[in-house]
Amino acid sequence: MMTERLDATFAALADPTRRAILARLARDGEATVTELAAPFAMSQPAVSKHLKVLERAGLVTRGRNGRRRPCRLDPRPLQEVTDWLAEYRRFWEERYRALDALLDELQDPEGG
Amino acid sequence: MNGTPGVQVTTPSDTEIAMTRAFRAPRRLVFDAWTRPELVVRWYGAHGWTIVECEIDLRVGGAWRFVWRGPGGAGMAASGRYREIAPPVRLVYTESFDDHWYPGESLVTHELHEAHGRTTLTTTWRFPSRQARDLVLRSPMERGAAEGFERLDGVLAAIETRRQQ
Repeated sequence: MMTERLDATFAALADPTRRAILARLARDGEATVTELAAPFAMSQPAVSKHLKVLERAGLVTRGRNGRRRPCRLDPRPLQEVTDWLAEYRRFWEERYRALDALLDELQDPEGG
Repeated sequence: MNGTPGVQVTTPSDTEIAMTRAFRAPRRLVFDAWTRPELVVRWYGAHGWTIVECEIDLRVGGAWRFVWRGPGGAGMAASGRYREIAPPVRLVYTESFDDHWYPGESLVTHELHEAHGRTTLTTTWRFPSRQARDLVLRSPMERGAAEGFERLDGVLAAIETRRQQ
């Protein structure tokens, strides 16, 4: 369900550490839990907890490469959020275009 | 429209949606457009919907109420109370829809910044919960998305006609 996915995505994005993890994965392509834990002054279990939330939201997938289990970003849920926000933006853009016309008229009452 | 950037939408927190948009007008006018009934009725409404009642008691604690009439006689109404009024820089009020398509009321904050004859308006909606915020976009957007495009065409055509006159 689109609704539940959005809820999970927003919940996952609500935490700055998780956003930082996503940013890191977006930049580097993939990273292990150890590599992700390093910049956060955080234990590996703590980072693993965050990763679980991200995995549940479908934002991160875990691969298997021998004993390495690298994390990767899956941008698809982010695209859904972006689409969702785009609808809102369109809705207001439409209203604000009408406001543009009104403001033009108020500034130029002669109809110039 | 040319040279006017579009609406930027962000979600500053779990329960908020913020929108920023620049207008080629002094902020006094933009503030008026949100607070003077005779101006509000001229732009504030979705596709096919016109404001048929517009009451604004612009003082702290004062109530506002807008009633829209839509296609096929459909109606919609929203109301709230003003919390902060600092023309032309800041306006804060509560907003609640009669049909409660999202639960409870939201808190709406407008902040207006003027530079070089342009006004940047940042509007933040704070909802009682994340679920309420997420609902806001879903229901009206699904309903309004298709007609929104139609209305946009209509508005653009109207602006063009006005310019040519």
